[in-house]
Amino acid sequence: MSATAWVELHAPVGGDAPVLRAGGDWRIVNAGQLDSELTRLDVPGDRVVVDMAALESLDTAGAWLLYRTLKLFEAQHKKIALRGARNEHHAMLREVAANDSPCEIAPPQVNTVVRVVLAVGRATVDALRAGRDFVIFFGAAVVTFLRVLLQPRRLRWNSLVYQMEQVGFNALPIVGLIAFLIGVVLAYQGAVQLQRLGAEVFVVDLIAVSVLREVGILLTAIVVAGRSGSAFTAQIGSMKANEEVDALRTLGMDPMDILVLPRVLALVITLPMLAFFADMMGLLGGGLMAWVVLDISPAMFVERLRHAVTVWSFLVGIIKAPFFAVVIALVGCHEGLQVTGSAESVGSRTTRAVVEAIFLVIVLDAAFSIFFSVVGV
Amino acid sequence: MPLLFRGRIYGANLLLRIQLTVEQLVVDFDVLRAVDQVTLQLERGQIGCLLGPSGCGKTTVLRTIAGFELPLQGRILIREREVSRAGWGLPPEQRRVGMVFQDYALFPHLNVSDNIAFGLSTKSVRKSRERVAQLLELVDMQAYQKAYPHQLSGGQQQRVALARAMAPRPDLLLLDEPFGSQDAELREQLAKEVRSLLREDSITALLVTHDQFEAFAMADCIGVMNRGQLHQWGSAYELYHRPADLFVGDFIGQGTLLPATRAGSNSIRTELGEFSGQIVNDLNGDRFNLLIRPDDVIHDDTANTTAKIVDRAFRGAEFLYTLALPSGNRILCMAPSHHDHKVGQEIGIRLDVEHLVLFAEPAATPIDKPDESGLD
Repeated sequence: MSATAWVELHAPVGGDAPVLRAGGDWRIVNAGQLDSELTRLDVPGDRVVVDMAALESLDTAGAWLLYRTLKLFEAQHKKIALRGARNEHHAMLREVAANDSPCEIAPPQVNTVVRVVLAVGRATVDALRAGRDFVIFFGAAVVTFLRVLLQPRRLRWNSLVYQMEQVGFNALPIVGLIAFLIGVVLAYQGAVQLQRLGAEVFVVDLIAVSVLREVGILLTAIVVAGRSGSAFTAQIGSMKANEEVDALRTLGMDPMDILVLPRVLALVITLPMLAFFADMMGLLGGGLMAWVVLDISPAMFVERLRHAVTVWSFLVGIIKAPFFAVVIALVGCHEGLQVTGSAESVGSRTTRAVVEAIFLVIVLDAAFSIFFSVVGV
Repeated sequence: MPLLFRGRIYGANLLLRIQLTVEQLVVDFDVLRAVDQVTLQLERGQIGCLLGPSGCGKTTVLRTIAGFELPLQGRILIREREVSRAGWGLPPEQRRVGMVFQDYALFPHLNVSDNIAFGLSTKSVRKSRERVAQLLELVDMQAYQKAYPHQLSGGQQQRVALARAMAPRPDLLLLDEPFGSQDAELREQLAKEVRSLLREDSITALLVTHDQFEAFAMADCIGVMNRGQLHQWGSAYELYHRPADLFVGDFIGQGTLLPATRAGSNSIRTELGEFSGQIVNDLNGDRFNLLIRPDDVIHDDTANTTAKIVDRAFRGAEFLYTLALPSGNRILCMAPSHHDHKVGQEIGIRLDVEHLVLFAEPAATPIDKPDESGLD
């Protein structure tokens, strides 16, 4: 097959219109050559005849070039006549013409400063919106809780007990181990520093106050946020992605009742217990280390402990537990319910849930510290 | 007192024949208008269907009726109760609407019976058990009541999802592409099965699909949607024979357009002769395109009009021939499959057009009019 394409312009003879003859193989292989020839073309006069009789083959690229040329003629207010087109070539041309969709809006060109300001503004609005959504969600959870107080039958007891086992009982080993090791670390580091001052015995005060007031509960909350907050997001998120949450709602069930409340309550009940367990393990680790490194016997440790702490040292830690529990569980569930469609969204929401929960727990802890120092506990 | 009470209920029942009303619904997603001025109505026991290409907004209409999206304008009533209006919506759990999801959304950790029983009130265990048994029988899944969803085939999961949605006796059942993930052969059969199930319980239902055969098999009323707009709402016959516009004519069934001019008050002229009949959508002007369906073109060896076969497709009982008329225009012809003609052959044709469906000619561009004589 002859694979050449050509286009020639016959200058007007007498009063006739100029004739543009297109012929040969108007396919994409020749499009580059045809393009440059067509752009160089300069047709005089206000009329033109386009003769397609010599065309052998025409694909969409060729048809587009032809159509573009015709559009150009039209823009120059020329009268156009098509001649000699075969049916199939005509059909192709018509098809291309029908699918011509000019880009009506030029892509905007934004300068860098504006773009940065825009991005900052958007991010701020998004953050505020996320905050507002979370407050709304918190309010809905409170309403659901009050409703359950009035009608305890509404609560899914099976689900509550199951979640308590998952987030509470099953977390005992990891929470205990971490608290124990932190106790060991505190005792050892404290011992090294206090030995230089000859105040070894105050290591007991150090361990007791820091573990009971701060370290025990904070570490527990962080472990639980990583372990259970993420699990809440993943569980609810995959239900959301599978439309199971929507299915629940069309069956007349409120996801707040079925999914959120059992998880929040389970964590509110078990986190103080976990925190208590962590306190004990922390003291155990610290006491053991004090015995090994500083030769403070267990009896001496307990004796010293009695002077070092009051019941408030212990309570300050435990009081914070339910608040942290609410934050962790609500963030986890809220992020889970924000999942849209894809599995990827479940992953990114889970990450967000953990980061947000830990961040909020530490912010809350700082607020508690200020509050307790103001009230003088 | 009881008499009065009964009278009120009776009257209310008469009024409640209209089960679903959607009025001038507009739904936006950010800047995109997903649903634009959609209005439709379903009577008690009717099965409606929204049909359209993907992305036409049909699923959004369904989700707005279910309460998952809020309308920007318009309102939705279910049994005369307003459930959605501009910027407000009753939450889905308070609408008494059942929904069958595209991927079924069965609860994976519950077996078939528990899935079906999930939406039932826990007040009466006995009643709930009876209802589950009744539904298991209805969808023919008694043998699988202890099976878990992952042990079931797609069609079986489909039936469980349907039973679960029907269990609380919803006022309205919504089905989102219910047969989307089934084989083509299974689809129509399932559609018929589901239709008879819904009929038995006289449930009002609205389904969404992109498959017209599914729609024809199930629905009493079909709405064709494109780009958020409802182009036509009517029976399958209406849509096929009296399409409201070019999109409906093109989307439903096959067909070609033939240039036509007006010959009289109810007759028009084409290159295949003059036709008189009922003009479906009267237009001003005198140049139109006439919609020709493949079943309007009858193969007849004695006819004096002939056309050349340019393509053919074997359809079992019929051949679908693409014919080129002397002018170069093309039409489709459905001929019994024992009329086996080769491509390139000329065959006699006769037109039997009952409904004259006219569309305005698309705006002519120079390319649209082959002009041999032009300037010579």
